[in-house]
Amino acid sequence: MTLRTSYAQDLTLARSRATIGWYALLLAVLIALPHVAGEFYVGEIAFVFIYAIAGVGLMLLTGYTGLVSLGHAAFLGIGAYGNAILLSKGVPFALSLPLAGLMAALAGVVIGIPTLRMSGLYLAIATLAFGTVVILVGEKWHSLTGGFDGFPVPTPTVLGLRIEAPEGVYYLALGVLVLVLLLAMNILRAPLGRAMVAIRDSEISAQSMGIHLAFYKTVAFAISAGITGLAGALFGHYVRHLAPDAFGILLSIQLVTIVFIGGLGSLHGAVFGAAFVAMLPQAIALVRDDLPFGIGRLPGLEPSLFGLILVLVIMFEPAGINGRWQKLKTWARNFPLHRRAAFRRQKSYAKSERLR
Amino acid sequence: MGKRAGMDDLVRLLQLAVNGTAAGCIYGLVALGFVLIYKATEMVNFAQGELMMLGAFFAYTFVGLWGLNYWLGFGLAIAATAAFGYALDAVVLRRVIGQPQFAVVMLTLGLAFIFRAVAGAVWGYDAVGFTTPFTNKTANFGGGVVLGQDNVSIIIGTVILCLVLYLFFSRTRLGIAMQASSQNQLAAYYMGIPVRTVFSLIWAISAGVAAVAAVLLVPVQMIDVNMGLIGIKAFAAAVLGGFGSIPGALVGGIIVGIVEQLAGYYLPAGSMELTSNIVLLAVLIVWPQGLFGQVIRKRV
Repeated sequence: MTLRTSYAQDLTLARSRATIGWYALLLAVLIALPHVAGEFYVGEIAFVFIYAIAGVGLMLLTGYTGLVSLGHAAFLGIGAYGNAILLSKGVPFALSLPLAGLMAALAGVVIGIPTLRMSGLYLAIATLAFGTVVILVGEKWHSLTGGFDGFPVPTPTVLGLRIEAPEGVYYLALGVLVLVLLLAMNILRAPLGRAMVAIRDSEISAQSMGIHLAFYKTVAFAISAGITGLAGALFGHYVRHLAPDAFGILLSIQLVTIVFIGGLGSLHGAVFGAAFVAMLPQAIALVRDDLPFGIGRLPGLEPSLFGLILVLVIMFEPAGINGRWQKLKTWARNFPLHRRAAFRRQKSYAKSERLR
Repeated sequence: MGKRAGMDDLVRLLQLAVNGTAAGCIYGLVALGFVLIYKATEMVNFAQGELMMLGAFFAYTFVGLWGLNYWLGFGLAIAATAAFGYALDAVVLRRVIGQPQFAVVMLTLGLAFIFRAVAGAVWGYDAVGFTTPFTNKTANFGGGVVLGQDNVSIIIGTVILCLVLYLFFSRTRLGIAMQASSQNQLAAYYMGIPVRTVFSLIWAISAGVAAVAAVLLVPVQMIDVNMGLIGIKAFAAAVLGGFGSIPGALVGGIIVGIVEQLAGYYLPAGSMELTSNIVLLAVLIVWPQGLFGQVIRKRV
């Protein structure tokens, strides 16, 4: 953490030229990667990008506005189905992708407005119910979604080029992720983002500073759902065949896990968390045969590992991967002189959230 | 002829109501577990349904596998689940005091996944069951009203449990200490109440209630790893009753149960699964404080 000495520093996108350089290098490496790495790894990393887009969407809502959603998989599903259905009706991809995001954003407004008065727990339960209802409707609305038979996703073309998985989806997802990250960074330094953070920290003081709670909460919901819808559209191209039950509560919980494991309130965290959550199943598959006592063959291994990691992170590192990364950086920067108590958690007592 | 049809309709309606009430009692009991913990500690236990599942498997182990007497197994299952609840609070939940409420939600969701996997590893993924004194027996109430003893036993069991809980919370020292710590932790602590132990005991009671719900459910439903998904319906019940109200949880549960049965009978197929979610959303949107909830405003 460097000390800021002017407002301009607080508003810049990048803290220094060096930061920009490092990110440009990272981007160059990512662009070159498909020419080096095998198809399998390209596909896996494309999947990480897609999760990261959804993670950024949810991070804006949960990490920055303090609103919790346990039904975000529904927005992912709306984006995926919206995009696929539009494509199959002959709408060009350049139009269907933003429209899919827009549809999800509208759905976000629909759930956002009635839930404005709720916060914390009630919002979690309401979004959970909303997600379940959307999935059930998707299963029953056979003429639109194909129900349990699934829905094949047409291969899109951009400027005459067919976007084939995994390489095409990789570049597409990378492009969308960069755009979404820039959008999120700009939102966060604009009045909108400041209002969101104010609402997260205290609704009452935000309100007394003149922030219109209902408006900003709805906008936050819409943006978050819209970004998640974009991720959904790409997800559809990644899996190439949609089924409604893929977007159930398990996926919602995975999305929230991204945000929690990554570290609440940081865009880095959303990307770290996405990388972790998207790669964990592969990591499990790699070591599955080497585990003792047949643990690797237990059918519930993957969700229970998710649960276990979630539990451990919340108990021992509430700031997530990003928090651990910051601690490492501070430690390295101050190397011989670091103080052991620098990050000691303060003793805290139960805080009532009945009154807000 | 018309009178006869009307009579049949009435009997049908009564049977639906009793089935709904029985299912609702289970929802209510699980909801009661949420509410007890929420009232006392402001934590929301998303693993309550899984605690019920564990209770059911404990009972299956004692009665179905070891062949113990039903009532003995019932008691042992309650004790085992309650001990598990106590340990859960003492080992895990106590450490996250002071973190935002939502962290606890995610924590208990994670625990729910772990419980499900562990239960699957220990007891397997096939549905199991055991015979109880109430399985496949009917009680004839005259006038053509024949009800399953299983459903009647659920309702009677719930009533007895509620009476016991009511007496415990209003008459015993420990019950009153629990009420005190739920109203004001700090004041209770100053009065010499061991608040942490009390909280763990509340988790134990809540887990015990879940075990009772599980054993009462055995005659009508098989035991399997995913039976904890009943939790979402219990949420509807708790929210309808005004999250934080004990009678509200039960009344809410019974309403959800009856509405579900009626929807399953009168509305097209598939709407039954939707009912509890729709009820939940509707209540939250229109009437967030629920039937018995208190409205509290913060003074700034």
